[in-house]
Amino acid sequence: MIDARIRKRFPPSKDSSAFELDIHLKTSSPVTVLFGPSGSGKTLTLDAVAGFITPDEGRIVAGDTLLFDVAARISLSPQQRRCGYVFQNYALFPHMTLRENLAFAADRLPRAERRGRIAEMLHQFHLGEVSGRKPHELSGGQKQRASIARALLADPRVLLLDEPARGLDPALRSELYALLNQVLADFRLPVILVTHDLEECFELGDHMVVIDNGHIVQSGQPAEILDAPANPAVARLLDRHNMVQAEIVALDPSRQLSRLRCYPGSDDGFEILAPYLPGHLLGARVTFAIRTDRLLASPSDQAPQGSVRLELAQVSLRPQTARLIFANGLTAEMPLRAFEPHRHNKNWSVRFPPEAIRLMRP
Amino acid sequence: MAIDWFPLWLSLRVAALSTAVAFCLGLWLAWLLARRPFRGRDVVSAAVTLPLVLPPTVLGYYLLVLLGRNSPLGQFYEWVFGQPLVFTWQAAVVAALLHSAPLLIQSTRAALETVDASFERAARTLGASEWKVFWHVSLPLAWKPILAATALAFARSLGDFGITIMLAGNIPGRTQTLSVAIYDAVEAGNGSLARTLVLVISAVALVILWLANRLARTTFSFTTGQAKR
Repeated sequence: MIDARIRKRFPPSKDSSAFELDIHLKTSSPVTVLFGPSGSGKTLTLDAVAGFITPDEGRIVAGDTLLFDVAARISLSPQQRRCGYVFQNYALFPHMTLRENLAFAADRLPRAERRGRIAEMLHQFHLGEVSGRKPHELSGGQKQRASIARALLADPRVLLLDEPARGLDPALRSELYALLNQVLADFRLPVILVTHDLEECFELGDHMVVIDNGHIVQSGQPAEILDAPANPAVARLLDRHNMVQAEIVALDPSRQLSRLRCYPGSDDGFEILAPYLPGHLLGARVTFAIRTDRLLASPSDQAPQGSVRLELAQVSLRPQTARLIFANGLTAEMPLRAFEPHRHNKNWSVRFPPEAIRLMRP
Repeated sequence: MAIDWFPLWLSLRVAALSTAVAFCLGLWLAWLLARRPFRGRDVVSAAVTLPLVLPPTVLGYYLLVLLGRNSPLGQFYEWVFGQPLVFTWQAAVVAALLHSAPLLIQSTRAALETVDASFERAARTLGASEWKVFWHVSLPLAWKPILAATALAFARSLGDFGITIMLAGNIPGRTQTLSVAIYDAVEAGNGSLARTLVLVISAVALVILWLANRLARTTFSFTTGQAKR
């Protein structure tokens, strides 16, 4: 269990403006993923947990150990905190061989156990054959594994990973995810991982925490967050949603439905059906989000009822899907196979499934 | 003409001793300045650099006041070693120390600052004591520029004149270092002796600088003492 209340003000300096980190991170999931854009305070949060920066206010508890408490004037040193920290650059000591790097971490173990534990780790992380090499002679994946193995050898209470997949190619990424899942199963210690990659959140995280500008803006399971972003800021960060301004033109409590007149872009607008919106008045302005892959686009000539006709402006192809960007800025994502036969089609009809509409809090 | 080589040997001995002391003291101070933010760090940093800019006579005067026979420190020294410090070759060591330590400290600090902080952080999370972090991580990663800085400090302490003559005087065969001997030779109109000593000290300094540069593959800017990679 991790419970970290961290508050720290950074005064403006010559290369950054003033910044306030104000985070309350409470999680008992095996893996907690901190998600957010660069400069949002994710790494600072890890640094505060590890003891590299001292919050102005707050309290940090890992498991049953109090690491930091302003009120009680407790601040354990990084050495005493025992946080395994896997740095973005791996931070393997360049003047030591891989084995020496591991031995450096094994100092805490009883002397008799050290050699055995190091050998075990080298074997488990498939590093036995390169143990005599210096870090600069290792591949990216080997460095990655070595740095995780080294952190684990010091018997940490919690494992902190700062953008572990950054700079790895897709094959190494999958390897890393498999490795991390194995580490989780074998070592049973809480992991906090920093990323700005949504797919990584799905791959690894049971618990996802969205951080923006020093604050937590939403937390929950990755699928939940993707399905219902709490506010426009989160939706923007996830980059998988259409944000649409609309006006309520009809409310029908008996059928649990409403009608919205949508104004995406500078368009004249169109009407769609939406779920009933309790607590809203007729004529009120609202903003809703709808996932790009929940918008149902089909070529115009087979338009289903209640859909909107839109002109295709641009297409961007992904390995599995096609992103259709329409003239009014709305984006729909559909399987590549379904798109292929209609790649030259300009006019599309787009349907908004009412159950996919997520009203945003203003 | 027989040349008296005593000043050269004395200078080398004084330089070696003062460099050794400057190294031990300077390493600690440089580490404090580079890695331990403390209140008044800028003041300490400025004070450490001060001897680089003050006239040597001013420094010599300070030392005379501080270490002279009437000062508490001077009397303490006399009580411990049975003889006064001023106007001995040991005083020349103190003079050379003041002359060279600022350069060593600031260059060593710059060298330590070039070490990526994540290595030291990693070492700490792995449970290494500050002592172990310094000796097993910071120093091994910065030893080349530090050694180069030490070589430069050695070369610099060979060349002190002003502080030495104030504090150790000019006693041939006892406290007369090379640079003082050159001054003495010129004053006495002994041109050939002066020429020889000048050439010798220039050659020694050149060799040391060459070694320092090779060692660190680092360019040193003497005005700031900053090491650049």
